[in-house]
Amino acid sequence: MATTSNMFLYSLTIQPPTTISQALLGQFSGTKEQQIITASGSRLTLLQPDPRQGKVNTILSQDVFGIIRAIASFRLAGSHKDYIILATDSGRIAIIEYLPKTNRFNRIHLETFGKSGVRRVVPGQYLAADPKGRACLIASLEKNKLVYVLNRNAQAELTISSPLEAHKPGVLVLSLVALDVGYANPVFAALELDYTEADQDPTGQAGQEPEAQLVYYELDLGLNHVVRKWSDAVDPTSSLLFQVPGGSDGPSGVLVCGEENVTYRHSNQEAFRVPIPRRRGPTEDPQRKRTIVSGVMHKLKGSAGAFFFLLQTEDGDLFKVTLDMVEDDNGNPTGEVKRLKIKYFDTIPIATSLCILKSGFLFVASEFGNHSLYQFEKLGDDDEELEFSSEEFPTDSRAAYNPVYFQPRPLENLTLVESIDSMNPQIDCKVANLTGEDAPQIYSVCGNGARSSFRMLKHGLEVSEIVASELPGTPAAVWTTKLTKYDEYDAYIVLSFTNATLVLSIGETVEEVSDSGFLTTVPTLAVQQLGEEGLIQVHPKGIRHIVQGRVNEWPAPQHRSIVAAATNENQVVIALSSGEIVYFEMDADGSLAEYDEKKEMSGTVTSLSLGRVPEGLRRSSFLAVGCDDCTVRILSLDPESTLEMKSIQALTAAPASLSIMSMEDSFGGTTLYLHIGLHSGVYLRTVLDEVTGELTDTRQKFLGPKPTKLFQVSVQGRPCVLALNSRPWLGYTDPITKGFVMTPLSYVDLEYGWNFSSEQCLEGMVGIHANFLRIFTIEKLGDNMIQKSIPLTYTPKRLVKHPEQPYFYTIEADNNTLPPELRAQLLAQSNTNGDAAILPPEEFGYPKARNRWASCISIVDPVSDEPSVLNRVDLDNNEAAVSAAVVSFASQDGESFLIVGTGKDMILSPRQFSEGYIHVYRFHDDGRDLEFIHKTKIEEPPMALIPFQGRLLAGIGKTLRIYDLGLKQLLRKAQAEIAPQLIVSLQTQGNRIVVGDVQQGITYAVYKPESNKLLAWADDTINRWTTCTAMVDYESVAGGDKFGNVWILRAPERASQESDEPGSEIQLVHAKSYLHGAPNRTALMAHFYTQDLPTSITKTNLVVGGQDVLLWSGIQGTVGVLIPFVSREDVDFFQSLESHMRAEDPPLAGRDHLIYRGYYVPVKGVIDGDLCERFALLANDKKQMIAGELDRSVREIERKISDIRTRSAF
Amino acid sequence: MRLEWADKLRTQQELERLQAKYIGTGHPDTTSWEWKTNINRDTYSSIVGHPALLSYIALASNEPVTKVRAEMIRKMIQPAGPPPAREEDMIMGGQQS
Repeated sequence: MATTSNMFLYSLTIQPPTTISQALLGQFSGTKEQQIITASGSRLTLLQPDPRQGKVNTILSQDVFGIIRAIASFRLAGSHKDYIILATDSGRIAIIEYLPKTNRFNRIHLETFGKSGVRRVVPGQYLAADPKGRACLIASLEKNKLVYVLNRNAQAELTISSPLEAHKPGVLVLSLVALDVGYANPVFAALELDYTEADQDPTGQAGQEPEAQLVYYELDLGLNHVVRKWSDAVDPTSSLLFQVPGGSDGPSGVLVCGEENVTYRHSNQEAFRVPIPRRRGPTEDPQRKRTIVSGVMHKLKGSAGAFFFLLQTEDGDLFKVTLDMVEDDNGNPTGEVKRLKIKYFDTIPIATSLCILKSGFLFVASEFGNHSLYQFEKLGDDDEELEFSSEEFPTDSRAAYNPVYFQPRPLENLTLVESIDSMNPQIDCKVANLTGEDAPQIYSVCGNGARSSFRMLKHGLEVSEIVASELPGTPAAVWTTKLTKYDEYDAYIVLSFTNATLVLSIGETVEEVSDSGFLTTVPTLAVQQLGEEGLIQVHPKGIRHIVQGRVNEWPAPQHRSIVAAATNENQVVIALSSGEIVYFEMDADGSLAEYDEKKEMSGTVTSLSLGRVPEGLRRSSFLAVGCDDCTVRILSLDPESTLEMKSIQALTAAPASLSIMSMEDSFGGTTLYLHIGLHSGVYLRTVLDEVTGELTDTRQKFLGPKPTKLFQVSVQGRPCVLALNSRPWLGYTDPITKGFVMTPLSYVDLEYGWNFSSEQCLEGMVGIHANFLRIFTIEKLGDNMIQKSIPLTYTPKRLVKHPEQPYFYTIEADNNTLPPELRAQLLAQSNTNGDAAILPPEEFGYPKARNRWASCISIVDPVSDEPSVLNRVDLDNNEAAVSAAVVSFASQDGESFLIVGTGKDMILSPRQFSEGYIHVYRFHDDGRDLEFIHKTKIEEPPMALIPFQGRLLAGIGKTLRIYDLGLKQLLRKAQAEIAPQLIVSLQTQGNRIVVGDVQQGITYAVYKPESNKLLAWADDTINRWTTCTAMVDYESVAGGDKFGNVWILRAPERASQESDEPGSEIQLVHAKSYLHGAPNRTALMAHFYTQDLPTSITKTNLVVGGQDVLLWSGIQGTVGVLIPFVSREDVDFFQSLESHMRAEDPPLAGRDHLIYRGYYVPVKGVIDGDLCERFALLANDKKQMIAGELDRSVREIERKISDIRTRSAF
Repeated sequence: MRLEWADKLRTQQELERLQAKYIGTGHPDTTSWEWKTNINRDTYSSIVGHPALLSYIALASNEPVTKVRAEMIRKMIQPAGPPPAREEDMIMGGQQS
């Protein structure tokens, strides 16, 4: 490859984006069941709402490696299956179907129509499909519109025509929908703005008052061309269209939504217009006009004309809009519209898409914050709400009218059923280990307004505890057992203590059983239900076989005791202290028969495993024996070769536990594995060949410092391995990717575990923790990140941590929001009558006020038993916090202070403000409280603050300035103009300062203590609209920009050395500026397009003993890592794997993967791990082919892919 | 001479075809206003087309994404002010821009 970089990174997504830019309802499986397709960033996800449980489950999620701009669904006449059309940045239209059998998306058509990328005139921004599935229109923001005719051929396959053009230059599209016209020629309606006139008019008149047009494009199916059929001027503030049912269902046409109005328009009907009611309330501005931001149309079953709209305003208020039609003499609707009506429905979070399910649920894909599922209680048909009709309002948008008002109230028609966690928007993120576990947690701030939150993200599976009961002593082991083969549930819990055994019965109450037949005066080694009705208890002195109350005892030979045992339904194996292995098998008459020969092992046996009897067979044919000489041996149990050694594997430590079990694999079948837990805490998984007994393909993971114990359990009907160490882990096959994953359980550490099944708890586990018996279940596999959320007050801006204590400080600010003091003032004024009930802002938002800011600092305690916000400091004076840092001042004996930068009267675009301040707060009560000390007025809001050598370094506009703490204010110590535009990020090591500019990328500067000077010595070659930076080492800096790139820059070595030489300031000051910049330029080491907009980047490690990685968070909720490659060999391997994957698994939407990852700058030094991980999902022949090309086996490739992830990330 | 003229014409036609197909393709007489208007329109359409960037702006201004999107599109109508006055008026006020 031409790009020979000496730095290579492996990019992985550890949490996919949780934003939903669009959601669609349809029957994508071809059954009656309704499903939801969502587009989130570059991901296409299929959701299955479960109406019985009131939950939404993810069935499939796929990265299409392209920006999904719009999705639409359509159904061919007579078919039951919805197809999906994807409009992405590929310059191609893709038609996708979902294949329920294989659980994959399948691309049916891919037609190229233009250049790739998101461009002004390349279609892809808008997409609409004819409701009868005959055509679709894909349009660009400006000028271009293409119509594709969809049909089926003689083989009933979907066909797509060549595109028909409907271009018009100088026209911008605001909204586009397909008209419902029944079976007449398909018509598409576009809301357009024409700028040709504005371009010609030097007076600016035409540009000031642009006219919005509603335009109909008709596809003449007979003539096969598109005509601009009808157009009419609509309200110039209009911005959104909604389809009105047509054909036999309604009058057809569209709803045009503009500022404070919803207007019904159609080519052959009159216009009807209703205003959008304004909120009434003491804190509401009575003059503020609302606009519709989203909505949904729903047709009710049965009569014609039974449909309604739910339209949502920017406050989140839902309005129910209905159309009345003129009725004929028989009372049937004629299709002529009589009036339009609007009334308040309910208030929910602002949505990007609303989906009304037939089962009576409303799925809300929130624009920001958690998505939610609501259930309809009623449809607001006969309630007290005032209804406004178009009869009372003029149709002309310029005519005067009286605004209408409503009183918002808590939910009446809807009830919240489920809130689906979403980290969108994720604004800042820190990694820290505050809980004292072995792996660190991710702390991030997300959300906006009153729905913002502080979230703790932990790698692990959610566990729900059913019982935790105290026991008389501390047991060493626990088992559950059925009494007979035919029992559905477990009957006994058997507990083994150091010198006794306790048998408990499972039922309504848990009671001790005295007549179980078990020997209770000895500890137990194994318990097993054997044959039809037998029970086995293995204890150090023998084996007890209990059949219907009769007891058969097999005593251990003299002077020897049993040290290990393994059992299954038909077989029992024990190991004696002398190193001998004794094998028993059940006879046809139900008794245990001992195999004549004992097999002697070289060392002491530490563990045994038999594995379950495979379905339809009499025995498990392998026995795994672990010895203290650090080996595992596989012995055959076949009658011809009983106890013959099949294979042996050397280990790094003595095995503590073994488990043979078969699990699902990525080939679509099951594979027999030997799981090994070592004394050193390492867990190994080895493939056990079912014929030869060979052990191949070992994968390992370090689980903790204690010996790893393994148990076979079952979750959601899948066999899983429970591995116990310093915390419990579960190894399972991921339901979607089919890859094997080992995930810690979010639960107490367990000593022993076993399967548990009872009437109340079908699929649980039982475990021992100290002297407690715990029964628990794991409900969801697959989602291996646990989130805990703490509500915040306003949109968070930054997150900083206390230097020693486990507390976080968030600065929060909301623009155009009424600050609390004004709110209180307004409430006090209106409080004469009692109707001023304050609605909770989490649901109704804060009252708005133009150019006002509401801002605060919150102290968050994430790790106490009840994580919460401890305290809040509100900012007044229309100041809003923009930056924060914790600085320990050398002049104050190293005491740490919280420094918060604010701006007063800020206007975001174009950037304006009246003043900037730096506030200083002292920590009290170990950081649980803040005391305001003083604030220093500065010329601009400081966008970046960091501690620097016991002082504060602030980026104020273009200026970099060092402050020390004074009694009355901060004291200026040194300053220099470093950045070209606006400093937004700062990093430092030693005397070096890395400055990130809002537009012009990175500048390296140095502080010269001798002369107290700040000097820039290297800067960037291209513009980078920096959002975040982190120093990777002394020379390099990683960062992210507003366009979704992550990059690493390195300073030139010589310049770097020179900058640090004492006395080099004279050189630096007089250095010749190079091309109007600093004397040196940084070199680009790595560059990668992530699609999401990085908001923070940090260098951290995520797993025990793992190497450092770069972790970045994206605004859409993505969390990704960049893992550095250690060896060149691995780089070569992954590079060629990646190129094979590009060829064999091209992105679904037709975007070229290499071009996508190099969207703005060619990708450099980064290998896309998300693409490589799709290897497991390929068809077997393709896997074989790639493996052949790479000269490795398929298993080897899969191991390498999983190794690189597990070694440094989740 | 004749041949050169034909070449020039062909180049001219080719350029015109490109200009018609790809809006914003420049020509020797592109004015500063035309260039600015075109670049600004490209920028706004790019913001509208990239969901992450659009939500970044919406979040900062505390407005719904849909509203910000419509605002951006409206700004595309006249992003760099009205066009400069035509040549006949240029003698008086042309120097301003």
